[in-house]
This record gives sequence, C-alpha cells and structure tokens, in this order.
Amino acid sequence: MTMPFYVAPEQFMKDKADFARKNIARGRPLVATVYTGGVLICSENPSRSLHKVSEIYDRIAFAGVGKYNEFDQLRVSGVQHADLKGYQFSREDVDARSLANLYARYMGNVFTHEMKPLEVEILVAEVGPQPGEDQLFHILYDGTVVDEDRFTALGGESDAISSRMAKAFRPEWDLSAALVASVEALGGQERRMGAHELEVAVLERSNGRRAFRRVLEAEVEVLLAGPEASGAPDGATGGPGGAATDETAAGDGTAEA
Amino acid sequence: MSLPTFSPDDHPGPDFHELLRRAGISPLVPPAGSRPGTPATASLPFELAHGTTICAVRYRDGVVMAGDRRATAGSAIAHRTMEKVHPADSHSGVAIAGAAGPAMEMVRIFQLQLEHYEKVEGQALSLEGKANQLSQMVRSNLGMAMQGFVVVPLFAGYDLRRARGRIYTYDPTGGRYEETDYHADGSGGRDARTTIKLGFREQMSREDAVQLCVRALWQAADEDSATGGPDVVRRIYPTVATITAEGFRPVPETEVSEAFQSVIETLTAAEVHQVEGEGAPESAGSDRS
Repeated sequence: MTMPFYVAPEQFMKDKADFARKNIARGRPLVATVYTGGVLICSENPSRSLHKVSEIYDRIAFAGVGKYNEFDQLRVSGVQHADLKGYQFSREDVDARSLANLYARYMGNVFTHEMKPLEVEILVAEVGPQPGEDQLFHILYDGTVVDEDRFTALGGESDAISSRMAKAFRPEWDLSAALVASVEALGGQERRMGAHELEVAVLERSNGRRAFRRVLEAEVEVLLAGPEASGAPDGATGGPGGAATDETAAGDGTAEA
Repeated sequence: MSLPTFSPDDHPGPDFHELLRRAGISPLVPPAGSRPGTPATASLPFELAHGTTICAVRYRDGVVMAGDRRATAGSAIAHRTMEKVHPADSHSGVAIAGAAGPAMEMVRIFQLQLEHYEKVEGQALSLEGKANQLSQMVRSNLGMAMQGFVVVPLFAGYDLRRARGRIYTYDPTGGRYEETDYHADGSGGRDARTTIKLGFREQMSREDAVQLCVRALWQAADEDSATGGPDVVRRIYPTVATITAEGFRPVPETEVSEAFQSVIETLTAAEVHQVEGEGAPESAGSDRS
C-alpha cells in the first residue's frame, strides 16, 4: 500500500499558481484602455477567426488571454448569463460589475477545488454613458479581481506593458492616439506590429444599443498612421481619405454580422 | 444568479430558447396543470387582446413591412398604439398577428435568440436559418394555440448572400412557407392581400411599395373592424419599415402620414366623381375594386 506524500497547503497553492502563471505568460498579451469615445481593446493575434475579444452584451465586452478553449468557454457562459439576466429583468440591469464577480467566484472556485487551475486571465469591460464612467475589470486565474478605470494589460509581460502604458496614457485621447500607444506598449522598443498582426475592437459610446464593434484591418492601418493621416477623411471627400471612410462603414456592417 | 456552466456533452449551444427551458423560465412551454392539445371547448373566461392586419411586399431594394396599431379584446378596442412590426435583428423584421400577449413574448424571445446565436457563434444566422428558428417557436406554441392563443408571425428580411428581399409566412402548427412577392396576415389580411395583388408590380420603387402597403392597410381597416385605420386626431399611424442591404429602417411617421393623405385624396376624388358625374364611372380609381 502506498502512502500519499504530504504536501503543505502553501506549497500546493504555490505550485498551482506557478503553473497557471507560467502558461498564461506564454500566450500573447492584450491591452485595454479608455479613450474619449469609449473603450479600446487591442491584442496581438494573427488569427482572423479565433477571437480573443468579443461582445457579451449591449455595453459589455470580454477579452481573454491564455488557453483558448478555457476563455472561450468563459465567454459563452458570460453571454448566456447576460442574455438570461436581460430577459428576466431588463437590459439596463445587466452590468459588468456583477458579471466580473461571477467570473471571479467561478475562477476562484476552480483554483481552490480542482486539480488544475484555469490557465487564463480575462477582462470584462463596460462603456459608461459618459466619458470617465467606463470600467475595466481584470480577473486573474485565481479569481482575483482588479478594477481599473484607465487601462489594463493581460498576459505575458503585462507588468512591462503596464508601465509603458502608464507613461503614454493621456486622459481624453482619441481612438487613433490610444491605438498607437497601445500597439507601442504591446510591442515595446524592438517590435513594430502591423495591422495584420492585431485584433482590435472597441466599445463605442456612439454606436447605438450595441456598443461593440470590431475594427477591421483597413481601419486599423488608417488609425495607426496617426492623427496626421486620419485627419484627412473628415475634410476630404475623394482620395485615400474617402476610401478609408468607406472601409469604416463596411466595418460597421460586419461588426453587426 | 450563478454563472451558467454546462458540461460539453450537455451544452445548449447557441440556442437561447433551450437555455430558457433549462432555467425553467420559458413562456413557450405551457404551465404545469394545463393540458396542451386539448381544444378549448368553452370560450375563455376573459377577453383576449388580438393583433390584426400585417403585410409585407418585396420591392426593388428589399422588403417593406407594415402593420396597423389596433388591438381588440372582443368587440372593445384594447390598445390603439400597439407595435406589430418589430426588427428581428439588423437585417430582418417580424410582424405578428394573433393573441397579443404570447405574440409579443414570442417576438422578444426571437430577437434574443438571433442576437444570442450571433454572439455565441461569432456570426449571424442565414436568413433561412432565422425563418426556421421562428418556425420552431410557433410550433412549440401549438399547445397554447389549441387553447385559443394562436400566434401567426410574418417574417421578412434581406438575404445578404443572395442580395434580395425574402418573405416567409407561417401557419399555427409552425408550417413555414416562402412567398415570392408579398403576403398579408391577420383578420384583415384577406382584404389587404387583394389590394396588394391588384397593385403589385415587379421592381417597384420604395415610394410605390410604401404607398401600396398603406393602401392595403386602409382597405383592410375599411372592411375589418379589428384593424385600425390612420388616427388623424391622435396622430397614430400604422408602423411601416423597410429592410434593405442597409438594414431594418422604420419609415418616418411624416412619410406614412403623407402616404395616407394621398390615398385619402385618391379615394375622395373617386367618390366625388361617382356622385357628380354619373357618366364617368370608369374614372373611379382602382382602390375601389
């Protein structure tokens, strides 16, 4: 008869945390920040179809890093919860705070009671009715919730990304400035990421009932070109500026689809 | 509430109605104690609000949908401002006739079902997929229908893959039929259908299609007591909406009221002609057919 080895609870928890942290750090990071028009979520993701960022409800978005199947399952549970709650009560009663708490409870439960913790970090973002009322909830593998109202970084190198974001962050910046800074924070000094490597989505205050919109590659290119280039579409009707606005309109359509 | 979690082999998938059933709050499942399938022998102990005339017409850019605003309970008018034409999602609409309570609930669940699918799956259902979903909902209401709570929706949308407007009609058992050009349903549906049949042309403009729907609703209200006409005093006009490649767009009330004005002028002119000159019966407008 074999005797199980005694493992101290401290050691057991530390091992689980190390395991989760190590595997999360292997994935590509993600950054979210508020801007004048709402919330921007930006991640390095070469895949066009396997999304890290998605819509939960009218004003709520979800993002995850780490093991895809695990955060996707959390995403679907979130959609189910939000839609059920909106049906039972009212659409206004669905909020990010209560959803973040549910996620935290579930992830904390898995961390303490299951053999294997979830190898994910997630973000629940909500765009408020006014600038300054947006909320970002960053939930860790063990159920820890961090509440941010400016920006947050998830995944590997999140500390380095956060400090780069802290330097670049300006309150009341527009989408283009926020995106340029986010991409620079993700890539650091040595890497300059192109639009095809990025997955970008926004929760836009002015987008009607459903605030979530995916920003497609063509629009990302225009936004990354900076305020000098993206200033053109407002005034000019023809030329590359006009084409860019068309792309934006097409982007709106597909975000609905 | 807790986070809904399901094991992979027991997952409801993108089906919102199934999720409601699992949560035990689906209104389309008859309450315990009632006997679905038993036809109501005696009349109901209360008067039920009913929806009435709805129609849809295909035109050059897509589909026009319209519906009157009256709900009746027996011979009394229950509501004057009921909306019977609703957006189902960005590119489709659903109009309802039948028992008002269950019909509104069905529309609500249908809208949520389409949005839920879109969010879970990451892409919208095809137009035919949406039509089939609605068919299943009507079918699951069959027990209630047998007891007098009949709901008959009319579904129309713009098929982005085929680049054309399409119209689907239903019967109370969930039978789904695609119409090529137009359809009208509800208690005044027959009169509306006749008017549309006489006025329909291929490749109509938006203006003509809106005008035709408004004319059909007028004729239905003229023949059917449960269908409301335009209420000029309270400024309540029927709901009209277009569904095109750009999506579901309500037609502004001013435009609907102008369309009614022109219908009224045509009909009045025809009436005056008949009274004044007995010699010119041919000049009576086609609206009097």
